[in-house]
Amino acid sequence: MGITVLERPAEASAGGDERVFVTLTVADQLCGVPVQAVRDVLGEQVITRIPLAPSEIAGSLNLRGRIVTAIDLRRRLGLPDAPAGTPRMSVVAEQGSELYALLVDQVSEVLSLPADTFERNPPTLPPEWAAHSVGIHRLEDRLMVVLDVVRVLALAPEG
Amino acid sequence: MDDLLADFLTETNESLAELDLALVRLERTPDDAPTLSLIFRLVHTIKGTCGFLGLPRLEHVAHAAENVLVKVRDGVLAVTPDGISTVLFGIDRIKEIVAGLAVSGSEPAGDDTTLVAALNALAEGRAAPAAPPTPAAPPAPVPVPPPVPAQAAAPIAAAPEPAAEPADAAPAEAPVAGQTIRVGVDVLEDLMTLVSELVLTRNQLLQLARNQEDSGFSVPLQRLSHITSDLQEGVMKTRMQPIGNAWNKLPRLVRDLARELDKRIELVQHGAETELDRQVLELIKDPLTHMVRNSADHGLETPAERRAAGKPETGRITLNAFHEGGHIIIEVADDGRGLPVDRIRAKVLTRGLATEAELAGMTDAQVHRFIFRAGFSTAAVVTAVSGRGVGMDVVKTNIERIGGTIDLKSAAGQGTTFLVKIPLTLAIVSALIVQAGRERFAIPQISVVELVRAAGIGGAAAADRTESRIERINGTPVLRLRDRLLPLVSLAGLLRLEQDTGAQEASQCIVVTQVGASMLGIIVDRVFDTEEIVVKPVAPILRHITMFSGNTILGDGSVIMILDPNGIARANGIAGSESRVAETAPPTTVAQSEQRIAMLLFRAGGSSPKAVPLSLVARLEDIERDRIEISAGQPVVQYRGRLMPLVPLSGTLDTAKERQAVLVFNDVDQRLGRDRCMGLVVDEILDVVEDRLKVELSGDRPGLLGTAVVAGRATDVIDTAYWLTQATQDWFRAGQKSGGARAPQLLVVEDSDFFRNLLVPALSAEGYEVTACDSAGRALRLREAGVTFDAVVSDIEMPEMDGLQFVRTLRAGGAWAGLPVIALSGRVSAAEMAAGRGAGFTDYVGKFDRAALLASLRQCLGEAVHAS
Repeated sequence: MGITVLERPAEASAGGDERVFVTLTVADQLCGVPVQAVRDVLGEQVITRIPLAPSEIAGSLNLRGRIVTAIDLRRRLGLPDAPAGTPRMSVVAEQGSELYALLVDQVSEVLSLPADTFERNPPTLPPEWAAHSVGIHRLEDRLMVVLDVVRVLALAPEG
Repeated sequence: MDDLLADFLTETNESLAELDLALVRLERTPDDAPTLSLIFRLVHTIKGTCGFLGLPRLEHVAHAAENVLVKVRDGVLAVTPDGISTVLFGIDRIKEIVAGLAVSGSEPAGDDTTLVAALNALAEGRAAPAAPPTPAAPPAPVPVPPPVPAQAAAPIAAAPEPAAEPADAAPAEAPVAGQTIRVGVDVLEDLMTLVSELVLTRNQLLQLARNQEDSGFSVPLQRLSHITSDLQEGVMKTRMQPIGNAWNKLPRLVRDLARELDKRIELVQHGAETELDRQVLELIKDPLTHMVRNSADHGLETPAERRAAGKPETGRITLNAFHEGGHIIIEVADDGRGLPVDRIRAKVLTRGLATEAELAGMTDAQVHRFIFRAGFSTAAVVTAVSGRGVGMDVVKTNIERIGGTIDLKSAAGQGTTFLVKIPLTLAIVSALIVQAGRERFAIPQISVVELVRAAGIGGAAAADRTESRIERINGTPVLRLRDRLLPLVSLAGLLRLEQDTGAQEASQCIVVTQVGASMLGIIVDRVFDTEEIVVKPVAPILRHITMFSGNTILGDGSVIMILDPNGIARANGIAGSESRVAETAPPTTVAQSEQRIAMLLFRAGGSSPKAVPLSLVARLEDIERDRIEISAGQPVVQYRGRLMPLVPLSGTLDTAKERQAVLVFNDVDQRLGRDRCMGLVVDEILDVVEDRLKVELSGDRPGLLGTAVVAGRATDVIDTAYWLTQATQDWFRAGQKSGGARAPQLLVVEDSDFFRNLLVPALSAEGYEVTACDSAGRALRLREAGVTFDAVVSDIEMPEMDGLQFVRTLRAGGAWAGLPVIALSGRVSAAEMAAGRGAGFTDYVGKFDRAALLASLRQCLGEAVHAS
């Protein structure tokens, strides 16, 4: 069991065949986050607003006794706010032993994608997107932006 | 065994085990720099500590070994198996000595010259000497097995073998090591985090269970709750350390400072066993060290200066720690020169921290607090010790960072005391939960002084009511609070939250917080309960928001932010510009208003309530009418085997009543050697309330101390001493009405028990407050203690110091020099009386002449006593 777990990613990267992503949607755009970066997927949560915080920070929430900072991906990507009352989901990622929740419109399936469908960001991509994505995966019917979790979470303290 | 030595042994044994491994590793990989520096550090530490503990033999060996390692580290010396062997041999010797130490508490005797020579030779780059180092002759108490000396003749190459031998001696160390185990701090931290989570989960469960009646969960939940509390306490205990651990470096520091500064300093420690969380302990160490250093450098004078000021040459720094309501108070006091107010004022001006006009309006205490401002050092000379620009501001910041506060008191010529108040633990704090702009926040209880309900700005019409009212100066809200102006900030406004429009109109809550010396009122919409919260740091991306000191999860599972009153004050420019609000109030008022006293409320003669501090009332009785008898015109009752006089507070006893409510007062009169008891008859006992007692004194109504507002009503506070005197005087038929005036204070000096016992009650019955001493020496000690009297009555014939000598001493000077002193003597002759008056007695009275004594006293004291 341990061996299979250890070998599968090695095989995947060695062959350059497959990468696994958790897919999500923000403002109808399909995005993907590498599955290794995801700690949890949450449904609608009670979020406490944090006054004076940068606008991208939606607030904080309680994940089994740990305080998680919620970041609104729409705002992070310069998109308009979701209509009020729309339920949001979140993808929890860890960075530097801190947990962050990315608020998104919808979290969908986990996809295994072949590496050869991956491309670098087109130069015309809007700067907010280009700054937070690694590249694009071509799916059959649509495109998936691969988010760079580290950069998404790298909020300057000044906001 | 010495704690310090025990710690050293535990630590050194660990270091030695590590050293063995590291040296062997180094032999295999000679250019392994990290290993080399590890070895160097370990040996160096052992050497350093030995020197500190006064272990010359160990230090000598460790020093020689270190010399070799320095050369190896600097690349001068190559790592060779022989070299390593020699060093290992040195390590073995250290082990032997340490084993000896563990058994006997002192270094075993032995000769290390050969070994040290071998190490030195190695360090100097000479080839390892042919002569093998002879292991020290093991001292008798050390159970080092005999094979060691047997191997002494073996060449150095074989040396690693003996390494195994001292290991056999390890059982000797067991008594030292067995009592405690060392656990990594991170393990404890993890444990603490888990317990904190458990506490929160428990709270959540309890909240859920509260909403569900008779659920089957309630009993096991109770158990879970108890166990959780116990567990929390237990884990907290593992983190607790005596504050002495933070102090143990200070005696040395003070000693060195004294030498360096050429001063004589004594360090006194009180409450070193006071325990606090190790995390807090770590954080408080540096500020404390700095304060002690400051006291030694700036606070205390040189011996010459002290002598000139009439103080003992040795200055004293006192450290005092104690618990107070979930906090630890640490005092760092010196008996030095006090803070130089003038120099601080001058510095404030040159630095432009305040204008001259502002300074003129400040009290000394306010000026003193400027030393907490950044970059403020008044030391005229920058010494190596302090005055390097990092000053009290750093101390203050560090203390505030852990949720503590610092304040100081200073009196010119008498010294300076710093008062530090810090939480017991950083992990769990008590906090007040408030709401503003529909969001909840926690305010640490440590900074909350009080809660005030005030009429909103729209509700100004309600100003004539007792509650306070928010007023505005050019839009800035302020509050009149007990004749002071309290600056206010709106939490919602400060945090840019949507204002709850409804709350503006209605009355608002003001959380009065203390930040350093300043007071600040925070306007909130609602105040909930206080809750024990587990402080968690905010995410790094939020650290720049100084309004928050952390966040937490409440019992209901929601996340809330913890406000930092220091940050709020700073954001409003309050910290630093010391608010005059807190200062102008006389300190006594503050003390009074902070202390809550349980008061017994009753009614007697009139509808307005009367009150008496509950602590003064011995019992409350309900006495049937039939039990009350009249004795010599005074109502009495047989009470606990004796007669108790009853005094109706309203003046007359309502004989129509079936039962009388009686407050029983008991006053043990030390001087009379018996207790007096008295029953105060009242109409009705109303209530017991706990309130802040601030009595407006009114001296003109006998029997009443004055009026106070108790439970929102003007209430007469009765003077129990008056009523007690009233009752006992009536009872003893002394016929005096002292009218509530202070009884004259008499000191009786009389060596004979018999006369003392005769005299004291007689004088007491006449309305004097009598203190008795059995010797002139004791009387003089009272004088030294600052006790004051109106007159002294002294016997002439007494052992040690007689009455004549006593009165001469009194007249020679001191506080009692002008007092009337009446001599009492068994022998009354003209010559004796002349001698007495010559020595300084005011009057001379025969011992058995009570009437003459009373007449003399009246004469001496003028009309102070209304005698019958």
